[in-house]
Amino acid sequence: MIESIDHNSSQLNASGQLKHFLTTEDLSATLLNEILDTANSFLDMSSQQVKKVPLLRGKTVVNLFFEPSTRTSSTFELAAKRLSADVLNLNISSSSTSKGESLKDTLMTLEAMHADMFVVRHPDSGAAHFIANQVTPNIAVINAGDGRHAHPTQAMLDMLTIKRCKGGFSGLVVAIVGDILHSRVARSQIHALRTLGVAEIRVIAPKTLIPKDIESMGVKVYTDMQQGIKDCDVVGMLRLQKERMNSALLPSESEFFKLYGLDSEKLKLAKPDAIVMHPGPINRGVEIESAVADGPQSTILQQVTNGIAVRMAVMSMAISGQLNSSVQRQYQ
Amino acid sequence: MPSSNHNVDFLLLQMTESLRKLLIDKQISDPLFIGIRSGGIWIAEKLHANLQINEPLGTLDISFYRDDFTRIGLDPKVQPSKLPSSTQQRHIILVDDVIKTGRTIRAALNELFDYGRPASVTLVALLDLGCRELPISADITGSCLSLNTDQHIKLIGPEPLELKITQRPGSE
Repeated sequence: MIESIDHNSSQLNASGQLKHFLTTEDLSATLLNEILDTANSFLDMSSQQVKKVPLLRGKTVVNLFFEPSTRTSSTFELAAKRLSADVLNLNISSSSTSKGESLKDTLMTLEAMHADMFVVRHPDSGAAHFIANQVTPNIAVINAGDGRHAHPTQAMLDMLTIKRCKGGFSGLVVAIVGDILHSRVARSQIHALRTLGVAEIRVIAPKTLIPKDIESMGVKVYTDMQQGIKDCDVVGMLRLQKERMNSALLPSESEFFKLYGLDSEKLKLAKPDAIVMHPGPINRGVEIESAVADGPQSTILQQVTNGIAVRMAVMSMAISGQLNSSVQRQYQ
Repeated sequence: MPSSNHNVDFLLLQMTESLRKLLIDKQISDPLFIGIRSGGIWIAEKLHANLQINEPLGTLDISFYRDDFTRIGLDPKVQPSKLPSSTQQRHIILVDDVIKTGRTIRAALNELFDYGRPASVTLVALLDLGCRELPISADITGSCLSLNTDQHIKLIGPEPLELKITQRPGSE
């Protein structure tokens, strides 16, 4: 089943600007491109001696991680610090909830510390929307991954990678390969790719790892990787989410690699200038062969760099949208 | 929309000569030209060409350094700043089309210093509108102009460059 959330808490303010960033679903191409353009400007900052801008000086960003993460939490932390914000990292799974504090109490405590933004990762689908509904109106919420629902900053860093490598989206054939069933990344990618206007989106996976109604999202389903990868411009691999999986879904990792792992031979079927993406952390020899992961078509490390820029963009845009909302409230 | 009486090409020729003299007086042989987006880039391009500088022009977009972010938010049309080389120990010619409150220049200087410590910064502006709110002044200006509070001036370009005065809506 496709995870679907009621978007009753809009992520946009009355002027149509981002005030939270919860999902790529329902956002316009104009807004997605604005995120990509802003991120692009932050990318060029890397040539500065002082890799910081003062945009969020005096703001406090709280990383609320209810689920373990190294890569996402550290890039969010770095992004906030490069915007000059103060950052508090809270690993909730090992702190308050184990003492019996409710989520609402945790949020109220953090609000009393004058937090301006919550970056939320949670194992339950819809958690970021729930928190966006609970917080006081001037606090921005960024979804850093909720259950199987969405991981919008990962999707947007992938879009930035595609845009920088391919110059745009029109005419592109994009394949998403692997554990579609458990992947919030795939869902957010599909929404963004569709809005940005690629020619074709394919999902490639064994039947057991494909959600039943995925075709309603406007994708073509392939269970044969050789057929699915043919003439693709972009191959987006997914991590096998073993922690979310019961053993019946997969025969074995070696069998999975044989059929759906990306190796040099299978990659030859894609276009010669196809790029290979992976959200990391990569399971070498399970989803992807080392020669491909480290090869010339791989964009895995560019994705990490792009991830910081995209997170800087959505954080500054959401704070900007919150500031404008509060100005609007004052005049009402 | 009325044009101002200023002939931009004529002002640019005067500014080129003033700048040429200033560079000689200050014994600067390898200036680094940097224009502030977007009007400042057009003016910098002209001065850069008139003085036959070989090193490419730098461009600054000060959106990330504005002091009114908390009031007006982020400019959705922000573009990357592009500096050709390190600003460390360089003599910088910072160019904008119009100087008024001085806040844009404050933001530009802050951004510039994040790229390194320049040897000097010389400020050039086509038009000085007065109304300064910060202790900043240009070394070379094309002309000074005093506008009514309901008037706004904008440089239209890049080819030809022309100054246009507009009335704020509802102020007539």
